[in-house]
Amino acid sequence: MTIVKHELRQGRISFLIWTASIGLLLSICVFLFPEMKGEMEGVNDLFSSMGSFTSAFGMDRLNFGTLTGYYAVECGNVLGLGGAFYAALCAVSMLSKEEKDRTAEFLLTHPISRFRIITEKLIAILIQITAMNLVIYACSLGAMTAIGEEIPWNALHLLHGAYYLLQIELAGICFGLSAFMRKGSVGIGLGIAVLVYFLNLIANIAEVADFLKYITPFGYCEGADILTNGCLDGVKIAIGAAICLAGIAAAYLKYANKDIQ
Amino acid sequence: MEAIKTNNLTKSYGEARGIVDLNLSVEKGELFGFIGPNGAGKSTTIRTLLGLIAPTGGSAQILGMDIVKDREAILRKVGYLPSEAVFYSGMKVKDVLKLSADLRKVNCADEAKILCDRLQLDTSRKVEELSFGNRKKVAIVCAFQSNPELLILDEPTGGLDPLMQREFFEIVRERNRNGATVFMSSHVLSEIQRNCTRAAIIREGRVVAFDRVEALSKTNARRVTAYGSAAWNELDGIRDRVDGDGAVSFLYSGDMKRLLQTLSKGDITDLTVTEPDLEEIFLHYYEKDGDRS
Repeated sequence: MTIVKHELRQGRISFLIWTASIGLLLSICVFLFPEMKGEMEGVNDLFSSMGSFTSAFGMDRLNFGTLTGYYAVECGNVLGLGGAFYAALCAVSMLSKEEKDRTAEFLLTHPISRFRIITEKLIAILIQITAMNLVIYACSLGAMTAIGEEIPWNALHLLHGAYYLLQIELAGICFGLSAFMRKGSVGIGLGIAVLVYFLNLIANIAEVADFLKYITPFGYCEGADILTNGCLDGVKIAIGAAICLAGIAAAYLKYANKDIQ
Repeated sequence: MEAIKTNNLTKSYGEARGIVDLNLSVEKGELFGFIGPNGAGKSTTIRTLLGLIAPTGGSAQILGMDIVKDREAILRKVGYLPSEAVFYSGMKVKDVLKLSADLRKVNCADEAKILCDRLQLDTSRKVEELSFGNRKKVAIVCAFQSNPELLILDEPTGGLDPLMQREFFEIVRERNRNGATVFMSSHVLSEIQRNCTRAAIIREGRVVAFDRVEALSKTNARRVTAYGSAAWNELDGIRDRVDGDGAVSFLYSGDMKRLLQTLSKGDITDLTVTEPDLEEIFLHYYEKDGDRS
């Protein structure tokens, strides 16, 4: 597990910055809830009368007066986007950075198989994403306890679980791309995260584009759907898992035989 | 058993040339030189042998193992010194050395300490703060600390000052005396001439000469330096002529009697006739239409 340890050490600053930022923002959102709750009538009216914008964020089906409704929208924006960016950035550079930073020659001339290198790097990504989600989950719990609200365990588990799966899926896709790239991976990672986010917004606005919900991982993270159904959409998650595994398989197939520059 | 054996090893990059039908044989315990200018295919050969790039034709064995199938087992016995040493930024030298040892699953802290002392390498510094020469020293320790059976050194002295170069070659010779095989690529011919027993010259991806270093240097041509004047223009077989300061110097590969006649007829005050050094032979191999003399 030498490479896992090495990757965790190399990525620790990025991990700390992203985790602290998302955790702090999410906590602030929760701390703002008591104030929002008092003005909820006006807020609900406002949010439900913004046409396409309202449906894009699922606010037509969520009650901002409840912690779960409020948290589903805020969580979607902060943990959804922030987590997606971190997962994409972390994974998309994991293999390509060795060639970009010209450290591949050092790593690959040591007696360690490429299969093992890919596996250990993948484990390092999973550990970082999991650790980030645990810390953020703890931040949310702490903030909810601090404002004296009853913790909506089921909703909290479902929302955080969905966003964790989203990050894993994005990481799988970006990890696969990372094996093909030699430089310029960061822009591609961020681009993919933004793309799948907007695909979901489009699917929310236009009924004709509803199928996009089955392509983008944000499709199974829709707070309104999760809270309404009280569960995650198994079909969408299965499709996401297949896409994720395809990305990981592509990484193994490509990197195992790649000519290293 | 041969330490390195290649059979028509080829690596092509589409239209671009890599290496073509390369046949090399390096005996165990040998100190072998691999000579060629930048772009000739030295690094491509080494990167293919180490499994960084896959051959497109032919085959190669290192210590009896196939470079494609047995990559991991080969690398366990090989120490590699790259021409340009690059490490992970933010790491201290001691962390890089430890990482390298951990990747090899060996504990060679004692050997690393000895090498760092000999090369005067400060292990507490961060790698990105190091000069090119000091980064090279880190790479040397990484390559040598596990006492590998085969050392593959790509342009090993780039960035090292003359004193460090001397110390480095002292270490290389020690390892060689203790049984390690050394495969060293260089475009500094004097390094090869001083340190290697056999060498191959590579040109445009092909081995153009492969022999003992003395044999490669063996040629009928002589470097003639004469002070005074003579009818040099009457001589055939003069190359690389340099005039200056009352002297003329040239490589002569023509008839020796004719040279002596020309000298005796001329007004010569001093004369030296020497064998050309490997550098001159090397240039000879690299003259596009040059024929071996």
